[in-house]
Amino acid sequence: MTDTARLLSKQSFVELGARQRAKALLDDGTFRELIDPFERLMSPWLARQGVVPQADDGVVIAKGLIEGQPAVIAAIEGAFQGGSLGEVGGAKIAGALELAAEDNRKGIPTRAVLLLETGGVRLQEANLGLAAIAEIHAAIVDLRQYQPVIGVVAGSVGCFGGMSIAAGLCSYLLVTREARLGLNGPQVIEQEAGIDEYDSRDRPFIWSLTGGEQRFASHLVDGYAADEVTQIREKIHEFLRQGVPPVHRSQQAERFLQRLGALDAAPQIDPATVRRLYQGDRS
Amino acid sequence: MSTHSPRGLHWFQALSDGAAQVGGLPPSLKVADAQLGEWPARYLTVVADPANRFARARDGEVGLLEGWGLAHAVDQAIAADRDQPHKRVLIAIVDVPSQAYGRREEALGIHQALAGAADSYARARLAGHPVIALLVGKAMSGAFLAHGYQANRLIALRDDGVMVHAMGKASAARVTLRSLEELEALAASVPPMAYDIDSYASLGLLWQTLPVSNAEQPSPSDLGRVQESLIEAVKDVQASGRDLSSRLGADNRSASRQVRDLLRAQW
Repeated sequence: MTDTARLLSKQSFVELGARQRAKALLDDGTFRELIDPFERLMSPWLARQGVVPQADDGVVIAKGLIEGQPAVIAAIEGAFQGGSLGEVGGAKIAGALELAAEDNRKGIPTRAVLLLETGGVRLQEANLGLAAIAEIHAAIVDLRQYQPVIGVVAGSVGCFGGMSIAAGLCSYLLVTREARLGLNGPQVIEQEAGIDEYDSRDRPFIWSLTGGEQRFASHLVDGYAADEVTQIREKIHEFLRQGVPPVHRSQQAERFLQRLGALDAAPQIDPATVRRLYQGDRS
Repeated sequence: MSTHSPRGLHWFQALSDGAAQVGGLPPSLKVADAQLGEWPARYLTVVADPANRFARARDGEVGLLEGWGLAHAVDQAIAADRDQPHKRVLIAIVDVPSQAYGRREEALGIHQALAGAADSYARARLAGHPVIALLVGKAMSGAFLAHGYQANRLIALRDDGVMVHAMGKASAARVTLRSLEELEALAASVPPMAYDIDSYASLGLLWQTLPVSNAEQPSPSDLGRVQESLIEAVKDVQASGRDLSSRLGADNRSASRQVRDLLRAQW
């Protein structure tokens, strides 16, 4: 392929919607959506608050194959309500992961890939979103006993709130430069802690602390890819071939406590300090 | 000065009955091994530490040290009981006003610290430890996801000071572009948005709600009633599975069940 042909064949992943993303990651011709939009299983809570619901509640669940092996993809649509999770969307993800774990207990090696573009709990469904996210956490930890669970934060929404905890539970986490990963959204931190602590309108500052490149350099994620379908696909294949890691990042309490113990927490922090503190023994 | 109520500490002291605290943990964590009825139990709670090295976590918030510290305390129990046929009970006493909001927290990966805690509680449950969360105060958002929400059973005191929510009112109003008054009016009519414990109970997530005479400082009869409920909860766990399916029964969660039924049918 000539360079020009290669350039023309490149496809942005970030620009794809949730359904197209899932399709792009499954082996050709194997995509099958569960509870598709024609089922019209929508949020029972939004309409009464004057918010127009969406037929898939912003979550696409697709089964298919990845490198010939059974897989399920849960893709969050960042364009609907900021990718926020309510009762239905949350239950779709939790339920799919629960069935994948059940498959494995029956000898079917179903793996899961989560495409995370989400602000976290949908505040219009507050406590049911939070409950669903707890169930997603439970299901990831359960499934992870058998198969790797892969999280992808491509952008442009990023991954926040309770779903950033879900990202932290994944066996492997893949990000792009567009991605942001953090517990609290910048606006909320500014509201709670003041603009000197966190300026939500200072985009370079926010990316320097929580952007994909920084997270990769700080060993808080496992892979860093360009915004390109083929690259993301190949990274996912690579992680799936590696299988379940011997120790997950979220199982390293002692190591993180030791690192945090070595930090002088008095001065305000900068990105380079985080990299120095966490780099070294990537495991 | 701390504005956070010491009720979590009071319930911890009453339930752990003066047992020695587990050492080697951040000062904002209180952890002790004691009894619950006939069973060994590890009690865990997060308390305000005005001298916390991380300034944004001095008022009982769950921050970096608290998340990883809880994970470590639960991991210890899992490891110690690995070869025991009967795993100790884990009681998470929940009174957490929020996660910590700060630049250091985001930069150092507070999401990962909270994942550490959720991971350990979930693995303890899967390993056969009965895990019970006792909600005595606030159970807010990410803090609750890290400390309590992975329990087999959730028990709440029936008290105005007990609250489960995804976000404090002021921030929720800002993020959803509503006035505080609009938010409160909606919260009153939409059960999952409400801030009171009875509305939360209608979602079917709680195993029991318990009236007590003093939620701040338990009386002997309050303590007895709560211990009785904890023991019943452990028995209920022992008689059923290790998953969270017991939370799905309420009318207000019919969509959660419908989604799961359809997924299974189409799987």
